Formats: sequence, structure tokens, C-alpha cells
Amino acid sequence: MLIKNQTNGFNHPVASEITDRTLYESRRDVLKMIATGVAGGAMATWASRQALAQGSGLVPRPGKLQALSARPSAVAGAATMEKPTSYKDASSYNNFYEFGTDKADPAANAHTLKISPWTVEIEGLVKKPGKLGLEELLKLSPMEERLYRLRCVEGWSMVIPWVGYSLAELIRQVEPLGSAKYVEFVTLADPKTMPFVGSRVLDWPYVEGLRLDEAMHPLTLLGFGMYGEVLPNQSGAPVRLVVPWKYGFKSGKSIVKIRFTDKQPATAWNKAAANEYGFYSNVNPNVDHPRWSQATERRIGEDGLFAKKRKTLMFNGYEAQVGQLYAGMDLKKLF
Amino acid sequence: MRAFVNQRLSGRMAKPLAFVLALLPFVWLCLAAALDWLGANPAEALERSTGDWTLRMLCVVLAITPLRTMAGLPSLARFRRMAGLFVYFYAVLHLLAYSWFDMGFDLVDIAKDIVKRPFILVGFTAIVLLTPLALTSFNRAIRALGGRRWQLLHRLVYAIAVLALVHFFWMRAGKNNFAEVAVYAQILGSLLGWRVAQFVKKKKLQLPSMVRSQL
Repeated sequence: MLIKNQTNGFNHPVASEITDRTLYESRRDVLKMIATGVAGGAMATWASRQALAQGSGLVPRPGKLQALSARPSAVAGAATMEKPTSYKDASSYNNFYEFGTDKADPAANAHTLKISPWTVEIEGLVKKPGKLGLEELLKLSPMEERLYRLRCVEGWSMVIPWVGYSLAELIRQVEPLGSAKYVEFVTLADPKTMPFVGSRVLDWPYVEGLRLDEAMHPLTLLGFGMYGEVLPNQSGAPVRLVVPWKYGFKSGKSIVKIRFTDKQPATAWNKAAANEYGFYSNVNPNVDHPRWSQATERRIGEDGLFAKKRKTLMFNGYEAQVGQLYAGMDLKKLF
Repeated sequence: MRAFVNQRLSGRMAKPLAFVLALLPFVWLCLAAALDWLGANPAEALERSTGDWTLRMLCVVLAITPLRTMAGLPSLARFRRMAGLFVYFYAVLHLLAYSWFDMGFDLVDIAKDIVKRPFILVGFTAIVLLTPLALTSFNRAIRALGGRRWQLLHRLVYAIAVLALVHFFWMRAGKNNFAEVAVYAQILGSLLGWRVAQFVKKKKLQLPSMVRSQL
């Protein structure tokens, strides 16, 4: 057999032993750091971070919901060095308009969401359409823990340890046709369990979308858990999308349908206010929202009341990984 | 009953009590901020609630005259100045919260923000217009200006109410979230509508006499 796999051919027994590409590419900077003497401190944080990553998880489990074990992700950029937001803040300050427009509403109201049984329908331009039960989805690929920055379009941010795997794993299995250019994510809209479905704030169901190459990017996560446990309802249980370089609303919650299309999907916020929310909605400090600046952000739980807000990074700090997806595009027009 | 309410409202304790009552939201916000009761994003909570309380106080101050006339409670007039000053108090806190928490007191950034964003400009205009009203609220200023001119100046509050509402509407517009905006619009709309109705009624009464004088 010419095909090599983990047990045959490679010298690396596990993927996590391979040097991170970004790290590898910055080896000269490391040498420079050593030469200039600043390495001590930087290496110490790196070492402690590595030690954490080798452990059972990036953060202690809050112990509220069922555990969802995962290995640290080997995907480039999938583990930021920043301090994770507290579980309390991450699970009590949410936008999930199906359960109310106030940030505290989802945590108060989402207990009605019925997450079992749950199926995700795959349809559109694919070779293998059909329905996938949650159990099948959970087994489709090994669970990874990824520490991502989350930047909300409203100007605040968090750092969340997600559990899931690259959406690309699922997409490869269902085999999109050559004509498929976009992926549309339809989320649950059940007026019986979601009190605000039917309000005039948005067109229900909440629909989001990505270009196929964005959806295939290894950083695009199909998320099933956070903080080492299954997702709390208010965070989009049982399965959601996490696209760390885009504003949070692009990451649809409680997904029931994934559709492959040749036309750009009409997404919920874009339909509601096209001048404020573009299809791409990449985090971009240089393109302001009409009513506020996107140049800075407030990190929840970290930046005190009187601290100056921190600078927002291009593509939320994932430019090295995703910048090439937008080469040659005018991001001021295609915001 | 009416006489009793009137008597109570003109009592010695009525004003201090109203003062404490109107100050309670501020006390609560300070306490909540100090004890970390404002949730995950205390800055946003403070910015929004000071704005909410400005709108509420605006409703209160504009309700005084209609209530006084309709319910026959002349003693309510004593509370109008205090209520008006509380509108300004919460508006200033709102501006302060925005300038501090959102803009880090960077005056250049604030100036740029005001020019760039209509929604901020409208809110800022409202507080600028409110300032001369607060500054001319004491008796000497009223005397110096003369009752007529003073009243004319203080009619600015109607424009301020509209601007405040537009500011709130615009803030919520991006998220199509108008439920609360509609509540304030209805309250302020009926309070301003009542004044228009009064004005029209007065004009009708005056008209015959005017016609007569021309004969």
C-alpha cells in the first residue's frame, strides 16, 4: 500500500506533535527574541499554555451539564493564548432572539428548547442528501477543543473553549456537487418552545450562510459543546456553527438544516438591515457599523468599567489563517 | 378626595420625598455597579439604564401639566422644576457613561463620533438643547428673562422629547426592536398631543373675539 496512515509511514505518532504552522513560520522571530533577551517571559507563558493543552482540557469544567470529552485541536489558530471568559458570563450574556431580545432572556427562557431527538437535514447540491441524527453527528469525527475569540457585532467580545470538529469533516462526507458555491444554515424556529419566534424583529427561521470555501476552512467549527460539556441551550444546543473570524451572529445556533446552493443565501440580519449587516460580516476594525465604531471592543469580564476598550483585530485576529479567502476583494463594499 | 391629594402634595414632606424617589434609580445603579450586579457587561447596562431613566423622567415632567389640568391638582406644579432637573441629571449621566465607558474620555474621538453618527448627533443635540433649560431653572433667571421669554425658551422641551425619541428609535432600528420604543412614543405622543389639542381649543375660543375686534 502506498497510502500512509498514522500507524504506517509517519514518524509522528499523533497530529498534535507536529509543530503548529504559525509557530514554525515564526521560528526566526523566536530566535530574534532569544537574541534580544525577551524570550524568558514569553517562553514561560508558552510553556504553561502547552502544559494546559496537554491536560484534560483548557479550562475546568463548570460541572453543570453532561461532559463532552475532546482532545486539543491541531488546527492552526485554534488555540488562542488568551484567558477564557468565565462560564457564567458566557452562558448568561447571549443573543438568541428566538428566546428574547434582552441578553439575559436566552438563559432565562431557553430551558423549553427540546434538543432530543434532534436531526440535521442535509439538502441541496450534494451527492448524499439526507437526515443525520445527533448521535451520528457526534460520532462523525473526533471531538476537538478549540479556544476561540468571539467578537459580537455590538462591540463586545469573549474567549470561549468550544468542543466540536471542523465543519469540513461533515461537508466532505456529504460530497457537495461542483455546482455548490454556498452553504446555508437554517436554525430551529419552533413557536411552541421559542417564545419570540413570530415577533417582527426578524424573518424566521434564522438563516445564516457561508461561501463554500469559508465553510470548508478548518477553523469553521461545527460545535457541540463548550467548557468541556455539551452546549447549554442558550448557546445553541445541541449543534451550532462557530466561525471565529466573523461577527458572532454569523454562527447560527441550534441548526436543523444545512443546504448547499449555487446562490448566495439570503441571511437573516442582511434581510433585516442590508446597510448594517453584510453577507460576509467579517470582523473588520476598518469598516464601521453605521451606528458605532468597530475599531475597538470590550472583553467581557476582563476589561473593567473604566478600562479603555481594546483594539479589534482584522478578521478577529485570524488574518494569517483566513486572509487568503478574501484576496482581491473590496472588504469595504463586501462587508 | 381631590382636596386631600392637593393638600398632601403641598405638604412639607412632599418635595423631599419626590427628590429621594427620583434619586433612587441613581442610588441603585451606583450600588449595583459597586457590587457587580449589572451582569456580564456593566458598562452597557449603565449606558442603557441612564438613557432609559432620562426618557422616563422626560415622561414624568411632561405629564405634570396635563395631569394638573385634567385632575385639578394645581399643587403638582411645584414638582415641575425638580422633575425637569432630574431629566437633565440622568441625561448628563447618560452622556458621561457614553463618554467614559465607550470613548474613554477621548474628546477627539467623541467629536468625530458625534459628527459621524446621526444617532449620536441627535442625542447630543437633545442634551445641548436641554442645557439652557437647566441653567435658567432658578427664580432669578425666570425674572431676568421675563415670564413670556422664559416660557418660550422652555417650550424647547417638546423638541427635546422628539429628539430623545428619535435617538432611542435609531439605536434600536438596527435590530428591528421597537417594542419599548413604541411604549415611549405612545406616552410622549399623547402628552404632546394633549398640548396640541389645548392649543387648538384656545385658538377656537380666541377666534370669535378677534373677529369681533376687527369689526
